[in-house]
Amino acid sequence: MVLQRVVKPKTQRGKRALEHKESKIHENDKKCMLMKGGNTSVLVTQVLKELHMLKKPDAVLFKKKNITRPFEDQTSLEFFSEKADASLFAFGSHSKKRPNNLVLGRMFDAHVLDMVEFGIEKFVSMLEIEGPKCSFGIKPCLIFSGEPFEQDPEHKRLKNLLTDFFRGPSVTNVRLAGLEHVISVSAVDGKIYIRNFRVVLKKSGSRTPRVELENMGPSLDLVLRRTKLASDDLFSRSLKQPKTAKPRKIKNISHDAFGSKLGRIHMQTQDLGKLQTRKMKGLKKRKSDAAADKSDAAADTETDTSPPTKKSKRVSE
Amino acid sequence: MAAHGDNVPTKVEDFLKQTQKESFRSILVEKPIDLEFDEGNLLASDPNQIDVKKFRQNREDFLQQLTRDNTQLLFNKIWELPVERLENVVIAKLPEPTTRLPREKPVPKEKALTKWQQYAKMKGITNRKKGRMVWDSTTQEWKPRWGYKRANDETKQWLLEVPEGADPYEDQFEKKKKEKSERVAKNELQRLRNLARAQKGKVPGVGLTPTGAPSKDHVLKALATTRKSDASLGKFSDPLPKEKPNKFAGKKRKFESNFVNTDEEKKRQMDVLKRMSSGQAVLDVQKATNTAIHEEEETRSKKAKGEGGAQKKKGGGSKGKGKGKAKKTFGKGKKGGKKGRKK
Repeated sequence: MVLQRVVKPKTQRGKRALEHKESKIHENDKKCMLMKGGNTSVLVTQVLKELHMLKKPDAVLFKKKNITRPFEDQTSLEFFSEKADASLFAFGSHSKKRPNNLVLGRMFDAHVLDMVEFGIEKFVSMLEIEGPKCSFGIKPCLIFSGEPFEQDPEHKRLKNLLTDFFRGPSVTNVRLAGLEHVISVSAVDGKIYIRNFRVVLKKSGSRTPRVELENMGPSLDLVLRRTKLASDDLFSRSLKQPKTAKPRKIKNISHDAFGSKLGRIHMQTQDLGKLQTRKMKGLKKRKSDAAADKSDAAADTETDTSPPTKKSKRVSE
Repeated sequence: MAAHGDNVPTKVEDFLKQTQKESFRSILVEKPIDLEFDEGNLLASDPNQIDVKKFRQNREDFLQQLTRDNTQLLFNKIWELPVERLENVVIAKLPEPTTRLPREKPVPKEKALTKWQQYAKMKGITNRKKGRMVWDSTTQEWKPRWGYKRANDETKQWLLEVPEGADPYEDQFEKKKKEKSERVAKNELQRLRNLARAQKGKVPGVGLTPTGAPSKDHVLKALATTRKSDASLGKFSDPLPKEKPNKFAGKKRKFESNFVNTDEEKKRQMDVLKRMSSGQAVLDVQKATNTAIHEEEETRSKKAKGEGGAQKKKGGGSKGKGKGKAKKTFGKGKKGGKKGRKK
C-alpha cells in the first residue's frame, strides 16, 4: 500500500475548519442544504426558499441549478454534502413525469442514508397567509398524527427522517414562553400534510396555559413517490453512540432529602487488638514479651485470616 | 340572617369549584389512545386513527383542531417539567431525547499516538506550560518565545565563531542553514512515518538520515536506494567498477523460459504423469525426516513426564535432534544428562 498524500493545513484557520468537519463525540446540529435541480417550477423554488426560512441558521440555499437525479446518481449530492458539511438535504425539481418534485434526505458518513421523494400537490406560502410569524431559529414543537406513522415501516422511517429534518437545534433547556412554533405532520388518506402554526398561549386558570394555534404557513400537501431507505444494518450502525457520550455513573455518593451529601465507604474489619489506648508505663511491653508476642502474632495470622468484609458506613459531611 | 350567613361560603366554594373545572376543561383533551411524547425533542406523536369523513368536510380546520389538541397535550407535559427562573424568564429543563436519531458522522476513532507520544506516555513525560513571552537579554525586551520577531533568534546572528579544528574557509552560516533544513526534512519524514503507522500502512524507509558515524551497511543501503531512484528504476544505470551486487534487494521469483525444447517439456510432463500413475508414494526426504524427529521427541517427552518431578525439568530443557542414545541417559542420575551428551 502506498501512503496516501496527506495534506497538512497551511493556516491555523484552515486547520480549525478541518477539525470542525471531523466527526465528534458530541455532534453539532445537522446542517441542511437546499438545492434546485436542472428544472424547477416557481412552486418548487418557493418551497425550497421557505424551507430555508424555517431551518435558517442551520441551512444553506444553493443559488445555482444542479443537474442531478438523486435517485439515479447520488455522487454529486454526496460531494456537495461533504463540501458544505451538511448532512440533511432538500432537492427540488420539476419534470413532466414528476411534476413539483421534492426530495428530502439525510446523509451518514457523507453517503446517502435515507431519501424520500414527494410530489407537492398543494402549497400555501408563508407570504400568502397574513398575520405575525414566529421568530427565526427557534426550536419548533413537532406533532405527528395518524396511525401510519406507528404502523407502516416506511412511514415510521419517514417520521424519523422528518423529526431529524425539522427538530432544530438540540437543547437542554427551553424558555417556556419561547415555544411559539408548531410543525404538524399528519398522514391521512394516503397523503402527508405539513402545517406550520404559531402558538398563542392563553390563561387557563391553572399553571399550564391553554394553547391556541394560528396558521402561519407554509402549508404543504405531499404525496409519497419513491423512497430509498437505509438497510437495517446500516441504519443501526448510524444509530451507534460513543460510550463516552453518556455521563459516567457516580458510585457511592447520594444525597438525602435535606440536601446533605452521603458517601458509602467500603472498608476492612478493624483489628481492635492493635487499638492504641492510653499509654502507661505499667502497660509497656518488655523486650522478652515483645519477642513472644511476635511469634504469637505470626501464628495468629496463619490461623484466622478473616477475609476483608464489605462494610458500608454512612458518613454525612 | 343566620341562614344567609351559611349560604355565602357554600356559594363561594361552588363558584370556585366551577371555575376550576372550567379552567381544567380548557386544557384537558381526551384521546382513546394516549400520545407518545419525547419532551427532549419537543415531539408528540398521536397514534389515534383520524376520522376521514370529518377530515374531508373541512381539511384546514380539522388539521388545526387536531394539532391544537395534540399541542395542548404536549404543553401539559412540558409544563410539568422542572423549571428554573433566570432573569425573570422561566426555563424548563428538558430530559434526554428518547427518539433515536442517526448520527451525522460515525463515532470518531481514537487517534493513534505518534512515536514520541508513545515514548512520553511510557516514560510519564508531560508537557510543562511555558510562558509565551521571554526576556531577550541582547535587546533588553520581552519577546515571543518563537515565531516572528522571536527572542534570542539564532538565525539572525551577524557573527559566528569558527569552531576549533574546523576548516577555516568553511562558511559557518551556510553550514547552519543546511543543518536546519536537514532537521526540517527529518521532521517531515517522521511526520509521514507517524501517519503511515496510524494508517497501518507501509512505513517509508528513512534512507540516510544524517548521523555522526555512518556504518558500511548504511552507505551500501543508501547506494542501493539511489541506484533505483531514477525514472527507469535503475534499469539502464551501469554498475560502478568493482561494485558488489546489492545485498539489500529482495529475492525475485524465477520462471522457466517460454521458449524451450519441446522434448524437454514433454519429458517433464510425462514424468509427472508417470509418477501419478505408478501408485507409489513419492518419498519427500525432508518431510520424512521431520516427522521421524517429531515422533521421537514426542516419545521422549512422554517418557520424561512419566518419570516426573525434578528429573523432568532437566529432560525437558534439552532440544537434542535425533540422538537416541542421549535420550536414554537423560532420565538417570543428576549428571546423567551431561554424560550422555558427551558421548
